[in-house]
Amino acid sequence: MGTGPDAASGPPSRLGPGRTGPLLPDAEDLPPRLRPERCGPRLPPASAMPNSVLWAVDLFGRVYTLSTAGQYWELCKDSQLEFKRVSATTQCCWGIACDNQVYVYVCASDVPIRRREEAYENQVAALMVGAAERRWNPVGGFCEKLLLSDRWAWSDVSGLQHRPLDGVALPSPHWEWESDWYVDENFGGEPTEKGGWTYAIDFPATYTKEKKWNSCVRRRKWIRYRRYKSRDIWAKIPSKDDPKELPDPFNDLSVGGWEITEEPVGRLSVWAVSLQGKVWYREDVSHSNPEGSSWSLLDTPGEVVQISCGPHDLLWATLWEGQALVREGINRSNPKGSSWSIVEPPGSDNGIMHVSVGVSVVWAVTKDWKVWFRRGINSHNPCGTSWIEMVGEMTMVNVGMNDQVWGIGCEDRAVYFRQGVTPSELSGKTWKAIVAARECDRSHSGSSSSLLSAGCFFGDEVRGSGESAPSDTDASSEVERPGPGQTLPAEPLDDSKNAMENSASGPGAGRTTEDTVEDACPAEGSREARPNTHPGPATTPAELPWTNIDLKEPKKVPSHSAAGFPETTSLSSLGLFPLGLEEPYGVDDHPLWAWVSGGGCMVEACAVPRWFTVQAGLSSSVHMLSLSITPAQTAAWRKQIFQQLTERTKRELENFRHYEQAVEQSVWVKTGALQWWCDWKPHKWVDVRVALEQFTGHDGARDSILFIYYVVHEEKKYIHIFLNEVVALVPVLNETKHSFALYTPERTRQRWPVRLAAATEQDMNDWLALLSLSCCESRKVQGRPSPQAIWSITCKGDIFVSEPSPDLEAHEHPLPCDQMFWRQMGGHLRMVEANSRGVVWGIGYDHTAWVYTGGYGGGCFQGLASSTSNIYMQSDVKCVHIYENQRWNPVTGYTSSRDRISPCWSGWSPTPELSKPASASQSVEITGIVRREPPRLSSTSAFSKLMK
Amino acid sequence: MHYPIGLLFDLLASSSALPWNITVHFKSFPEKDLLHCPSKDAIEAHFMSCMKEADALKHKSQVINEMQKKDHKQLWMGLQNDRFDQFWAINRKLMEYPAEENGFRYIPFRIYQTTTERPFIQKLFRPVAADGQLHTLGDLLKEVCPSAVDPEDGEKKNQVMIHGIEPMLETPLQWLSEHLSYPDNFLHISIIPQPTD
Repeated sequence: MGTGPDAASGPPSRLGPGRTGPLLPDAEDLPPRLRPERCGPRLPPASAMPNSVLWAVDLFGRVYTLSTAGQYWELCKDSQLEFKRVSATTQCCWGIACDNQVYVYVCASDVPIRRREEAYENQVAALMVGAAERRWNPVGGFCEKLLLSDRWAWSDVSGLQHRPLDGVALPSPHWEWESDWYVDENFGGEPTEKGGWTYAIDFPATYTKEKKWNSCVRRRKWIRYRRYKSRDIWAKIPSKDDPKELPDPFNDLSVGGWEITEEPVGRLSVWAVSLQGKVWYREDVSHSNPEGSSWSLLDTPGEVVQISCGPHDLLWATLWEGQALVREGINRSNPKGSSWSIVEPPGSDNGIMHVSVGVSVVWAVTKDWKVWFRRGINSHNPCGTSWIEMVGEMTMVNVGMNDQVWGIGCEDRAVYFRQGVTPSELSGKTWKAIVAARECDRSHSGSSSSLLSAGCFFGDEVRGSGESAPSDTDASSEVERPGPGQTLPAEPLDDSKNAMENSASGPGAGRTTEDTVEDACPAEGSREARPNTHPGPATTPAELPWTNIDLKEPKKVPSHSAAGFPETTSLSSLGLFPLGLEEPYGVDDHPLWAWVSGGGCMVEACAVPRWFTVQAGLSSSVHMLSLSITPAQTAAWRKQIFQQLTERTKRELENFRHYEQAVEQSVWVKTGALQWWCDWKPHKWVDVRVALEQFTGHDGARDSILFIYYVVHEEKKYIHIFLNEVVALVPVLNETKHSFALYTPERTRQRWPVRLAAATEQDMNDWLALLSLSCCESRKVQGRPSPQAIWSITCKGDIFVSEPSPDLEAHEHPLPCDQMFWRQMGGHLRMVEANSRGVVWGIGYDHTAWVYTGGYGGGCFQGLASSTSNIYMQSDVKCVHIYENQRWNPVTGYTSSRDRISPCWSGWSPTPELSKPASASQSVEITGIVRREPPRLSSTSAFSKLMK
Repeated sequence: MHYPIGLLFDLLASSSALPWNITVHFKSFPEKDLLHCPSKDAIEAHFMSCMKEADALKHKSQVINEMQKKDHKQLWMGLQNDRFDQFWAINRKLMEYPAEENGFRYIPFRIYQTTTERPFIQKLFRPVAADGQLHTLGDLLKEVCPSAVDPEDGEKKNQVMIHGIEPMLETPLQWLSEHLSYPDNFLHISIIPQPTD
C-alpha cells in the first residue's frame, strides 16, 4: 500500500514519465534521475542490433547463453542449479529448476531496481483551553499520542492501515534496504519547512505545507528505498502451493507480453502450467517488481501441458489431448485475457505437443516431431486459419524477438535457427544448426579440440602428427571410452567433464560418434595394446588409424538413407548443391540440448550472428563427414570423395569469394511514356519517355537512376535524377493530370521540382510506388517507420515520414527539413502527432481520429511488395464549398458572365478555379491507418468499422 | 537434349582456367541440337519428366506416382528458388528403397563422352550383383563403357568425373546414386581425356 502514488499531493503532472520537469515526488517510485527512460529508450531501437543472448538448457539441465556477438555458449553465471525450462526476455529469464520451483534470473544492468516504501506519521494538535477567551484555541504543540478515534500514528497514505516504520519488511530475501528512513521534505514539487510536516484542519483532508491558525492535524511522509539485489543469480519465487493441499509443481512456464503496454515499465506476463494441468498467471511482474506478487489461477477447458506467451497479445497452450488452446481478449487493460478457444491439431493421429508464439506467428510441434506453421495469424484472429507442415523434425521450437525461430533437432539435439524469417516471409527458408562450441570446450586445449576430435575420424592428415597432446587426449578419450554406463576413472585433464557427459548421453542419441564408439569397443581386438582408460596424456598414441571408425556394419544403410532431415540433408547437399558445402552440420562433440528460448535474442535477417561457421582453421566439410560415416566399410573411396569435394570447393569457390555475385547484381529497367512539365520554353507538358534503371551492387545495395528523354527542337535530350538524392515524391492532385513531383535538395532550392504526369491514375500510382520504393531502397529505409520517425502532412493531406539519424543525437549542423528524406505513407489526414514511442495519431478532414497501426505501404503502394498486414481502408471527406457568383445587372438581371476578378465558380479560398461537378465532396481511399472511433463510442462500433 | 550446367562444365570445360567464361546468346537458337523450351512451364515439364524417368528405373515409378501434385510442385519450386530443404523434403522419398533390397532396382545414370558422336550411354544396370555384392562405379564402366576403363597397368588416359571430382572406381554405385545424383535424380558421369600437361 505504502508504495502507491500519493493522490493528495500536488496537481497531476502534465508531463509524461521521462520528461524533464520539476521533481515530482508522486510521479513514480524511482526518482527521475534514475528512471530508465531518461537514459534513452530502454528497449533497443529496431535499427540497432545490440548484443542480446539466446538461452538454452542442455540435456543435463545446465543453462547456457549465446550472445549475438559471441561465438561460444557461455555457462550461466549462476550455475548452481539445474533447469528444465527457461523462458527469456531481454532483461530477465524465468525458469523451472530441477526442484520444480520457479526462479527468475534478473540480468545485471546499470539501471538499479529500486522501490520506494512510504509511511506517514500523523499527529493531532494538543488543544488547550484559554481561560480568558473561553474558547478553543489551537495554540499548543502537536502531540504524538493520538486518541483512539484518531488515525494511526504511523499509517499508509490513506491513514487506515497501521504502518509502523519497523513493521515495513522487505518482500523477499532478494531485496535490501538502500538507506534508513528519512523524512520527505518535498510536497507537491515544492520544498516544505524543515521536518516535512504538512498541515490540515482534520484528517482525511487536503494538506498544505503552511501551518495556519486552524491547522489541527499534521502529517509527514517517511521514505525508504529498497533495492533488488539478486541480479545475475537465480532468485527463487515463493511457491504457490498451499501447505494444506497436495503440492502441484510447475511443469512449464512462459514469459512474454512486454509489448502489450509499457505501463508500468518493464511489465511482463508470466504464465505457468502445473503438473495437474492448471494455468497460473503471475501478478504484477515489472521492472521494479521482478518477482511479481502472487500466482492466480485461471480456468481452462482442459488439462494444459505447455504454454507459450508472445511479446504481444498472443497466448497459446497445448492440451493433453493434443489440441491447442488460444487465449482471446488479451489487451492493454486485460493482459490476462478473457476466454479460451480451441484449435484442432493438424492431424487426428498426432496431437500437438508443443507450441510457441511470437507477435504474429504460431509454430507447433506434433507428437511425431513434425513442425507446423500456423497460417493466418493476426491481431484480429489469434487462432489463425490452417496448418502448414514445415521441413524438419524437432523436439521443440521457440519463437523469439522479431518472430525469429529456434528449434532443437530431434535427431541430433542441436539448436537450429530458422533462416530467412522476415516480416514478409514469417515461415523462413531453412533450418540451420548453430555450431558454436561451449566456452568450456574451448578452454581446455590450446586449439579447438572438439573440432579436432571430429577431424580424427577422417584420416591422419587432418590430425597430423604435430597436434598438441591435449587434443589427442580428447580424441582418444572419446574413441576409447568404455560403453555407456560404465563410470570412468578420474580423467587427468579438465576435459573429463566433457567425456563424462558423452558417456552419459548414452545410446539413442542418434549421434554417429556415440554409435561408433559403442561399436568400436568390442571390436577392438586388432588394435595394439592400448589401455581402455589410459592414465595420462603422455601415453596417447600419436595417430589413430583410419580404420578405427569403420567398424560400423553396412546394414545401417537403409535406415541411414531414410534417416532424413539433418543427416541426409547434409550429405546430399554435397552432391546436389555444392554450394552447401559451407554449411557445417553439427560439430562432432556438440552439446546435446533440451530447451532453447530466444525471447531475449534479437536477430535480424540482415545481420545473422556468427554462430553457423566453425571458428577453428579446420575445413568445414570435415565436420559434415562426422555425421555421414554410416556405411563405413570402404573408407578409402569415401574419404577421397570428401577430400576431393573439399578441394573442389576451394578451387571453384573459395578462390572467387571476392568476385561479385553475378546473379545478385542486376540491372532492371522500367520504361514508359509520361508527360513532363517543361519549365522553360514552351512552358507546357511535353510527352517524354522515362526509364528507371535499378542496379544492385555486390554488397546488395540498390541504386536507381531515372532518365527522362525529351525532344526539343527535334533534338533528343535527356535529364537524369539519381534516386538516392530525391528527398520527396509528392502526388499533385490536379483535375486534368495525374501528376507528381520529385524533389531533390538542389531542385527545392531552385524551386524547380521535376514534375511528371501519367495518363491514368493507376499508371501514376504505379510509378509513384516504384519510384518511392527505389528511393527507400537506395536509402536503406525499409519496414515500418521507427518510433523516432518524424511525421508530417502536406497541405493536401498526404502523410510523410522521415527517419532521423539512428543515434538520435542532434548534429552540429542540423539537417534542414528540405534535405531530409520523406517517404509517403498511405493515408490522408489533416493533422498528425507522434510521440517518441511510436504512437501516432491523426485527425482526418472529417474530424475523425485515426491511429497508426504499424502497417506501411497502402495508398499508391498497393499491390507492390510491401507489408499487407495492418493496412486497412481509410475514408475521409473533405468538403469543398463552391459558390456560384452572379452579378446583378440592371439590364439582364443576375448573370454568371464573368466580371473583373471573380470566376463564376469559386472555392472557399482563392484557389484555382473549380469546375462545377464532382468536387462537392472528395472521397479519398487511404490505407495504412485505422480509424479509431472517439473514446466515448463503444468498441464494437470500432470493430464494425474495421470489418468493412 | 539439355544438360545440367555442372555436367557441361565437367564435360567441356573442366580443364579450363576458372572463372568459366560463358557467352549468352539471345538469337539463333540451335533448334536442331536442342529442344526449345518456349516457357518456364516447358522447363518444369522437362525436369519433371527426367525425375519420373529416374524413378521409373529406381522404383518402377511407384514413389513418384504416389506423390501428390503438390509434392511435385514442391520439388520444382525448391529447385527454382534454391531452397534445398524444401526440395529434399520430397526428394528424400525418391532416394529410399525397400529395406529387404540392397538398393534401387536400376541405377539411373548417363555416361557422357566428348570423344564419341553418341550423346550419352544409358542402360539398365542394377546396383547389386546376383551374388549380393554391391556393384561399383568400376563395374558399371566395365559393363557399359569398357573403353573408358584404363588397363590396370597402363597409363591413365581418362578421367571419370561426377560433380567435378573423380570418385574412386571402387565406390559403390548405389551410394553414388543416393548422394551424388543431380536434382533430376540421374547420375551424370562424364568421361574426359586425362589432361596431358
